[in-house]
Amino acid sequence: MKHEVFEKNSMLLLIGILVVVSIGGIVQIAPLFWVESTIEKVKGMRPYSPLEQAGRDIYIREGCYGCHSQMVRTLRDEVERYGHYSLAAESMYDHPFQWGSKRTGPDLARVGGKYSDQWQAEHLINPRAVVPESIMPGYPWLAQTKLDVEDIAARLKTLRLVGVPYTDEMIEKAKTDLAAQVTPDSRPARELLRRYPKAKVGKFDGKPGNEPTELDALVAYLQVLGTLVDFTSFDASGPNAR
Amino acid sequence: MAAPGVEERAAFADAMALLGALIGAGIGLALLLGSRDSGMAFHGLLFMLAGLLAAAFILQRSFDGNEPPEASNDYMDGPIRVATIAAVIWGIAGFIVGDVIAWQLAFPALNLDLPWTSFGRLRPLHTSAVIFAFGGNVLIATSLYVVQRTCHARLPGRWAPWFVVWGYQLFIAIAGTGYLLGITQSKEYAEPEWYADLWLTIVWVVYLLVFLGTLAKRKEPHIYVANWFFLAFIVTIAMLHLVNNATIPVSLTNPKSYIVYSGVQDAMTQWWYGHNAVGFFLTAGFLGIMYYFIPKRVERPVYSYRLSIVHFWTLIFLYIWAGPHHLHYTALPDWAQTLGMTFSIMLWMPSWGGMINGLMTLSGAWDKLRTDPVVRLLVVSVAFYGMSTFEGPVMSIKSVNSLSHYTDWTIGHVHSGALGWVAMVSFGAIYCLVPWLWGRRGLYSMRLVEWHFWTATIGILLYITAMWVSGITQGLMWRAYDKLGFLQYSFIETVEAMKPYYMIRAVGGLLFLIGALIMAYNVWRTVRGDEPVDAADQPRIAAAPELRLAPAE
Repeated sequence: MKHEVFEKNSMLLLIGILVVVSIGGIVQIAPLFWVESTIEKVKGMRPYSPLEQAGRDIYIREGCYGCHSQMVRTLRDEVERYGHYSLAAESMYDHPFQWGSKRTGPDLARVGGKYSDQWQAEHLINPRAVVPESIMPGYPWLAQTKLDVEDIAARLKTLRLVGVPYTDEMIEKAKTDLAAQVTPDSRPARELLRRYPKAKVGKFDGKPGNEPTELDALVAYLQVLGTLVDFTSFDASGPNAR
Repeated sequence: MAAPGVEERAAFADAMALLGALIGAGIGLALLLGSRDSGMAFHGLLFMLAGLLAAAFILQRSFDGNEPPEASNDYMDGPIRVATIAAVIWGIAGFIVGDVIAWQLAFPALNLDLPWTSFGRLRPLHTSAVIFAFGGNVLIATSLYVVQRTCHARLPGRWAPWFVVWGYQLFIAIAGTGYLLGITQSKEYAEPEWYADLWLTIVWVVYLLVFLGTLAKRKEPHIYVANWFFLAFIVTIAMLHLVNNATIPVSLTNPKSYIVYSGVQDAMTQWWYGHNAVGFFLTAGFLGIMYYFIPKRVERPVYSYRLSIVHFWTLIFLYIWAGPHHLHYTALPDWAQTLGMTFSIMLWMPSWGGMINGLMTLSGAWDKLRTDPVVRLLVVSVAFYGMSTFEGPVMSIKSVNSLSHYTDWTIGHVHSGALGWVAMVSFGAIYCLVPWLWGRRGLYSMRLVEWHFWTATIGILLYITAMWVSGITQGLMWRAYDKLGFLQYSFIETVEAMKPYYMIRAVGGLLFLIGALIMAYNVWRTVRGDEPVDAADQPRIAAAPELRLAPAE
């Protein structure tokens, strides 16, 4: 066939281009949605609690992904520095994913539980107060801004639409659960833990009161990262969905 | 006088354009009053003002009666002039933000502890400003210029090309202010939220129609090679944009939305998009520029027609597979990683085929490299293209990537492509276009182009060498073990080690910015109509086509 055909007919050229540029994407992306081994099932994964999800939305708003990855690669030094390599299942409820592309700061896939709430709060307000050499920006406004809680149920509902298994009960109780996570040792907090096992309840920003700040939400999110799968009983070669 | 049918059609076009502008203003007003989010309300205001301004502009034009015909030809160059000026202005804005965040990494106090000046919000502002605002306007200007000249046809539509250009500026304003206000969906190079994405989709479809419409009206039997690349760029970007931004907003008055994909599928989709934003926005589109402006400027035909066919089809076929090399050793299945690496390495070949085709076009005219600094900008850009398309395949090899990924090496690689290739070829094209579009005898000053070339080149070299050293250093420090088998460095020690390189990089960026400011001054003087100060040093081709035929004294 002569190339003239394409050069003399803009519609054929257009169709030719579309066919040629579609093939790669179809082969690489489509199978990920139906090949079952893409995401191996693992025990412990659950949707984010309302406060954690609100914190995640702040993490996205502030562009944290520009400097922090959330993906421990299968390399010896990374596993020793950050912990067990990341599993596909660990980000299965992440809309969008936050694997990142640059480590100006350290990976955060397993930062949950590594530092105290107080350290996280102080570090976010003024990083150089706790790590003098740090080049991270300070986020003092998070501590002073009350968390916008009005649309949290609507957010969870939207997430359910895109595939996160929030139950009717979770959506109905979204606002109560959100406040409960900063109200330790209360009945609502116990209910929250029933719905969201392993959620950390506490006064994340160190201040009294049941009206969470943006800092509360962000620290709650950081503290859950990488903690849901129990790697003491995880077997990389076997089924883990028991 | 025009036939009555023509006038009727023009009146109809004006009425429809006016209606569209008013509907836009109405939607803006609804967002302004209806949104609970102040950032989105502000965007409603922007939208409303843009709609009203457009309506006023259309009314004024249409009551003015017969607009004066465009100088000496029947091409529609008004929107192209706007896009050219916009490219210069957005370019400088993007370079300034880039240099600010470069200094922030060396001196974190510059983040000022304020939300809208912190690195996390400024970084997407920088990337979007340089890629989409600067690069996008260069592409719109050059593609609409080239498609008219190579088809001998005027852009179709009375308002459509204006809509493309101004609609695109509105998209940039909404996206950019959105980042500062914290409105982002966090997908790199696709950060704008759902309503900005929808607006861009409308603008882009009209852009495609304007481009295809010009091809359909062409008086030349063949579609010129530059247009294949421009068309592939426009179509593929549309496909990538639609698939990667599939999202569900929390509500129609809420800026927040959630992407329909999650985790591993989202990662794959994002880097399929992300790498092909490089492949089709920053490569295919700018290769279209190369294929028109280099032959035009050196007054030689493209080196090899056959090579350009092979170059075109292999490049667009292979590029689309390269995305997974951003996800080596992650939770993405191995088969996808291996495919991504394989195709990335193969991509080296068409890339260099294109480079050879561009460089060899100078055959018999290599002296122009010495005498015409605009040619030098164009040719050095192709050389940088060759360098970064060699570096890219190397970095996509898994074992190299295990070292380079997540480090500044990637940043250096991106900038050798973005500053060396994309920006330099853009500068070359702008220097060609400005006298041609404004009907000038030449650029105001070739000496200033010379200065621009050297400040920019030195700036780029400082930038990329600093990033090579810092990236490789940091990668090696992360994986260094001491004698007892423990990791040798804490993370913060590797951050500290970066400081001198971050300062060198910021100086390099500053030089690049100064070069762009020199260009802006030169462009301004040329547009203003100042006589060239060194007309004797300028080649014949530097003048506008209608002035070139004048006999040389």
